[in-house]
Amino acid sequence: MAQLIFEQSLNGLQFGLMLFLLAAGLTLVFGIMDMINLSHGSLYMGGAYLGAAAAQASGSFLVGIAAAALGMAVIGILLELAVLRHLYRRDHLAQVLATFALILIANELVRMVWGPQPLMLNPPPALAGPVEVLGFSYPAYRLLIIAVGLAVAALLYGLVGHTRAGMWVRAGASNRAMAEALGVDVRRLFTGIFALGALLCGLAGVLLGPLLAVQVGMGENILILAFVVIVIGGIGSIRGALVGSLLVGMVDTLGRALLPSLLRTVASPEVAGQLGPALASIAIYLLMAGILIWRPAGLFPART
Amino acid sequence: MKHRSPAGEVVLLAAAITVPWLLQAAGEDYYIGFATRMAIFALAATSLNFIVGYGGMVAFGHAAFFGLGGYVVALLMEAGIASAWLSWPAAIAVATLSALAIGALSLRTRGVYFIMITLAFAQMIYYTVVSAAFAGGEDGLPLMQRSTLAPFDLADDATLYWIALALLAASLFALQRLAGSRYGRALAGLRQNETRMEALGYPVLRLKLVCFVIGAAVAGLAGALLANQNGMASPTQLYWTQSGMLLVMVILGGVGHRYGGVLGALALLGLEEALGRVTEHSHLYVGLALLAVVLFAPRGLAGLWKGTAR
Repeated sequence: MAQLIFEQSLNGLQFGLMLFLLAAGLTLVFGIMDMINLSHGSLYMGGAYLGAAAAQASGSFLVGIAAAALGMAVIGILLELAVLRHLYRRDHLAQVLATFALILIANELVRMVWGPQPLMLNPPPALAGPVEVLGFSYPAYRLLIIAVGLAVAALLYGLVGHTRAGMWVRAGASNRAMAEALGVDVRRLFTGIFALGALLCGLAGVLLGPLLAVQVGMGENILILAFVVIVIGGIGSIRGALVGSLLVGMVDTLGRALLPSLLRTVASPEVAGQLGPALASIAIYLLMAGILIWRPAGLFPART
Repeated sequence: MKHRSPAGEVVLLAAAITVPWLLQAAGEDYYIGFATRMAIFALAATSLNFIVGYGGMVAFGHAAFFGLGGYVVALLMEAGIASAWLSWPAAIAVATLSALAIGALSLRTRGVYFIMITLAFAQMIYYTVVSAAFAGGEDGLPLMQRSTLAPFDLADDATLYWIALALLAASLFALQRLAGSRYGRALAGLRQNETRMEALGYPVLRLKLVCFVIGAAVAGLAGALLANQNGMASPTQLYWTQSGMLLVMVILGGVGHRYGGVLGALALLGLEEALGRVTEHSHLYVGLALLAVVLFAPRGLAGLWKGTAR
């Protein structure tokens, strides 16, 4: 039981950190430009495919990571300049329609290039086995993801919290009109933010590739989780995104692992077998609804 | 509201009624089913347009009510109740009750948060249904037969089409009457300025909740029809991408336009079907077409015709 809880807690941390990579970009896009970007998940899918293809072609996982991150950053910039830029001043409905269209396009492009079958992406052989952590055994590859996630989170935190560009970002999220009036070039800033967000998406996609299937539609599943995260954390807040990610990652992972067996102690196995997975799946949505009713603007509202 | 002569509508309705005969004469019976799908999605999109366009609430969880309607019909049939006279009102009732609960909680938030919380509730319903073994899980729940609606024979494809068309026409008529009533005027006022309406003594929350629930009830009916057309209630009917699809139809057709939902559903399904005949990659072109609409026709397809009032 101790091994299970230890392992699942680390899994929750790992999943939460990957969600943070997605949510960080999304929350800034949302917070600063007040723009709903449903195609954020497609960037994640694109990263996974680019990474898997590059890793297969070169035989090196590192090349895969670089290709995914840089490739998605470039695609992100192009996307922002070509399409998204024209949507900032439009209402949310137009943004939903346009970015939903982008999902359709992205899914179909991926299907045209790589076919309908899921791609395989193997972790580097040196990290394939388990390692010993605090007397428990844990997969080395997942440990690496945790390390990368923590490093990126720290980097981003420093970037947004302690640099000039980060100050502009925070100013933009807090009050865009005021930041513009004070001379911040929000448009150019935003292209940069979008590129960074896309890069993080690509990174998350390629890192999660070996753990989840690299397939069409993978973006839609995780996109909603990323939205849940940023709504819980407060739109536009990096700190909120981090706290929200870890909350969602933990609640989702631990819920799935522990709820069924916990229920079995109070209900019949048949009831627990059905109710457990259902409760575990909806736990994060209950969490979000609860937090929104308690604090309608999320835990760390960025806007003034 | 201007009084317009309904002649154009009557002609269009008459043309729509003749569709199955024309298709049968042309030997294209497959397309009767397709026409039925169009009518059903037009109904679902119209119900969402009532919430988004008339109520001013961007709800991103409409698939919940649409899907629940289908599951109610399938579950009742499994329990031996095949009569549509019972199961379709039950579908409406379940959609109504869940919309009451979801709406009462969600309407405490606004703007983006309302979008997200309606989405969250719809996802909760999706996951609950998918993990319930009695609802067929990921595979959905097949219908052993179509609902029976004596004296009509729904097993006949053309009859199912006419019933769907009749329900669509009736709903359009009823929703338009509602939009022109005192209640509809109050909704229009709410869209303009909620604070002012509150100050004037209107029960803002209740007005919006009623609008949300009416839209959901019609979606439940559309869901019951779709389960009959598809021969099953499926989880994809509940998933968030279905909510997105319905919203896309409404925006494409024209938010708040009386025929916005109908136009959007016809355009999107028609485009998919037409492109599907010539290319494997129809979604690519559908996506590009939608992008073009956003960038070049900001008011939706209905906005392309000048002088068409709400």
